[in-house]
Amino acid sequence: MTEYDLVIIGGGPAGLAAAVAARKAGLESILILERDNELGGILNQCIHNGFGLHTFREELTGPEYAGRFREQVQELRIPYKLNTMVLDLAADKTVTAMNGEDGLFCLHPKAVVLAMGCRERPRGALNIPGYRPAGIYTAGTAQRLVNMEGYLPGRNVVILGSGDIGLIMARRMTLEGAKVHVVAELMPYSGGLKRNIVQCLDDYGIPLKLSHTVVDIQGKERVEGVTLARVENGKPVPGTEEHYPCDTLLLSCGLIPENELSRGAGVEINPVTNGPLVSDTLETSIPGVFAAGNVLHVHDLVDYVSQEAAAAGENAARYIRSGGTGTGRAVPVRCDGGVRYTVPASVRLSDLDPEQTVTVRFRVGNVYQNKRILVYAGDAPIYRRKARVLAPGEMETLGLKAKDLLEHPEAEQILVTLEDA
Amino acid sequence: MFDVIIIGAGVSGCAIARELSRKKAGILVLERAEDVCCGTSKANSAIVHAGYDAKHGTLMAKLNVQGSRMMPQLARDLDIHYQVNGSLVVMMSPEDRPALVALYENGIQNGVEGLRILEREELRAMEPNISDDAVAALYAPTGAIICPFGLTFALAENAAKNGVQFQFDRQVTGLNRLEDHWEVITPQQTYAAKVVVNAAGVYSDEIHNMAAPDKMTIKPRRGDYFLLDKTTRGFVKNTVFQLPGKLGKGVLVAPTVHGNTIVGPTAIDLEDKDGTATTREGLEDVRAKCGIAVKGLPLNQTITSFAGLRAHEARHEFFIGEAAPGFVDCAAIESPGLSSAPAIGVMVADIVTNILHLEDNPRFDGTRKGILDPKTLSREEYAALIRENPAYGKVICRCETITEGEILDAIRRVPGARSLDGVKRRTRAGMGRCQGGFCSPRVMEILSRELGIPMSQVTKSGGNSRLILGTNKDSL
Repeated sequence: MTEYDLVIIGGGPAGLAAAVAARKAGLESILILERDNELGGILNQCIHNGFGLHTFREELTGPEYAGRFREQVQELRIPYKLNTMVLDLAADKTVTAMNGEDGLFCLHPKAVVLAMGCRERPRGALNIPGYRPAGIYTAGTAQRLVNMEGYLPGRNVVILGSGDIGLIMARRMTLEGAKVHVVAELMPYSGGLKRNIVQCLDDYGIPLKLSHTVVDIQGKERVEGVTLARVENGKPVPGTEEHYPCDTLLLSCGLIPENELSRGAGVEINPVTNGPLVSDTLETSIPGVFAAGNVLHVHDLVDYVSQEAAAAGENAARYIRSGGTGTGRAVPVRCDGGVRYTVPASVRLSDLDPEQTVTVRFRVGNVYQNKRILVYAGDAPIYRRKARVLAPGEMETLGLKAKDLLEHPEAEQILVTLEDA
Repeated sequence: MFDVIIIGAGVSGCAIARELSRKKAGILVLERAEDVCCGTSKANSAIVHAGYDAKHGTLMAKLNVQGSRMMPQLARDLDIHYQVNGSLVVMMSPEDRPALVALYENGIQNGVEGLRILEREELRAMEPNISDDAVAALYAPTGAIICPFGLTFALAENAAKNGVQFQFDRQVTGLNRLEDHWEVITPQQTYAAKVVVNAAGVYSDEIHNMAAPDKMTIKPRRGDYFLLDKTTRGFVKNTVFQLPGKLGKGVLVAPTVHGNTIVGPTAIDLEDKDGTATTREGLEDVRAKCGIAVKGLPLNQTITSFAGLRAHEARHEFFIGEAAPGFVDCAAIESPGLSSAPAIGVMVADIVTNILHLEDNPRFDGTRKGILDPKTLSREEYAALIRENPAYGKVICRCETITEGEILDAIRRVPGARSLDGVKRRTRAGMGRCQGGFCSPRVMEILSRELGIPMSQVTKSGGNSRLILGTNKDSL
């Protein structure tokens, strides 16, 4: 088996962008491993538009967006293997994979980019009581059946969870002839983008019931109905039950980064994001192993996945070229004031180029209005920005000037927080 | 005319079928569901009880201990996932000691080997995650865990290999005693058999009442469970029970043979014999009790919750015997039914053999190979397998790393998988942490192709459990 300097695990938006950026940074020897039968990952089933406004300044569908990167991968002659499952990643970066053509094989790259994406939280993990009949799908599974294969998994639909895939599927199922009766959301706010609530629910008259959940599923063979109830303090309120006859329950209740391989290798995981803890170069706790995209933290827009992954690809190329990681002190990035997490979790101050920008991405844990986003290096404020509305469904991005950070070389920590404006 | 018709393809029916296939006889198993292992056998604690619990002198106690002793050899012969992991009954309060000692003595009387009472220190050394409040425990080194699907499928496949026929979607609606045989009525067809065996699980009272002069009542007793991700592998080594006492009956926490952790069950009496819905109260009950005997159980790693029904009869005893001429009961098989299954099979087969004076089947082959799990092969063997059959290089279920080769094997076996659940229980495809999110559409396609049915006819578990209700825009 030919060896490669850089192996990218996953040929979705993150993996493709990382590969393109690494090649453009001068790295010759790159291999993408993809478990599906084509490149593009989950974008291939996202046939709605709205992708690429930031990256290409135009509205593309998911397959079109993936196509742009696939073309670059092909033009740059970056090799990839399809239908290839990575079975194991070892701490020494040995990648064990298999497919029907090569059988079982091992690779020993100098660097790895983790780009495995995420999976949907299933019904079982939600502890929804009731029967376990046919007709309960995660929104993404239904999306695959409808958009890739043309099958309608149901005609009368209730959706639990207002994540973006659920909102998109409310519209899609309606357009394909199903009746979507209601979207219920456990939290008092939506987990999805505002634009999706307007374009996918409001425009079709589909009600969104906040602070509601499914408390029972009826039907022994196929779903026959579900019961919704209002939720207060995390508990359903007795007497608020409403019955909805339906044949299908779609679930859009959160995405979980797929880090089984990362954990197997011993990569340190952030319990808040379920993704690796990374430095400002997107390098994990294992030198030479980088992570980007939804395997790192769940993004709201694919454009940001591409940006982040491009950085990971460039950094992996630099790591290979320079033969190692910088040795600067890692200053932890902490969060407070409603910020749930940050990526990166640390910055190697002394390795920064004074001209560069350090990108910090984060999400908040609740809906906030009229706040100011503040970043401190030690005690010194180095960044501030007004934020009229902050919501858990939207990812925030900050560009910190390295110059500002370098003025505080002794800082014990960098703090990202919210304060009242 | 069949020599024997067995009603029910759960673990008891399949164990009986396999034992009877040692004899020269025409045997048919009728099952109301679409597959083997669709009732009590599919949803239980997945353990082989050592046999200290069932009251000494009962048939339950005798068959449990016999079954537990037979299981290791059976697991080797039939290639079943089975592991002797030991079991602990943990006492949480010193005042419960008489009950612990009574349990120990009952076990000794039942003939359970190796029983010991462990005190705090030894207990803690054996199970680091045991509760700090645990005082002592009864340790049964012969307690074991098993894949209940694997056991039932193995018995059924081995029975089929030795000539037993299986028919599914056949609900027995009537039994008529004619001069020298029984008429067995199903909506599709009426069958004739010299002997009928009732192994109908929670429905064994209804079948009994069709044939026997006395009446029986089975009350389904529901048990709710949580199944935790394999990230919890090793949380406990033994099956950890709580001694019924001051704090109630408690629930068990056990490893599964596949590396998950199972927690449960509740015990809720029902009227509905298909009432396998979990309830909020039931799940809350498990949640509240599971932290008594162990500490730090990561319930946030739950990948699914489910409920199963035990065939409970008020006298809490197995009913095995000829209840009417040529009608043999194997009824009220509740816990420890799974543990007892091998012994139940032998006992019922002996009864039938005596009625019919059956001769030995000289061609009986008591071995069976399970579905090949490539993960058990060496790297060289695995690579060679993929070269020979590339379907083993194509991963369909990512969470459990199940290949197309294994799924095809599951469908092509006799009796083979015909539904998503049938594939799941045979191969574990869809049984992992994403619960079939990724692989369901792919398994549906394979089923459609292999069975020669359109996607709209592919079901989750037979009957009306269709997964696809139409095509895009077909109603517009």
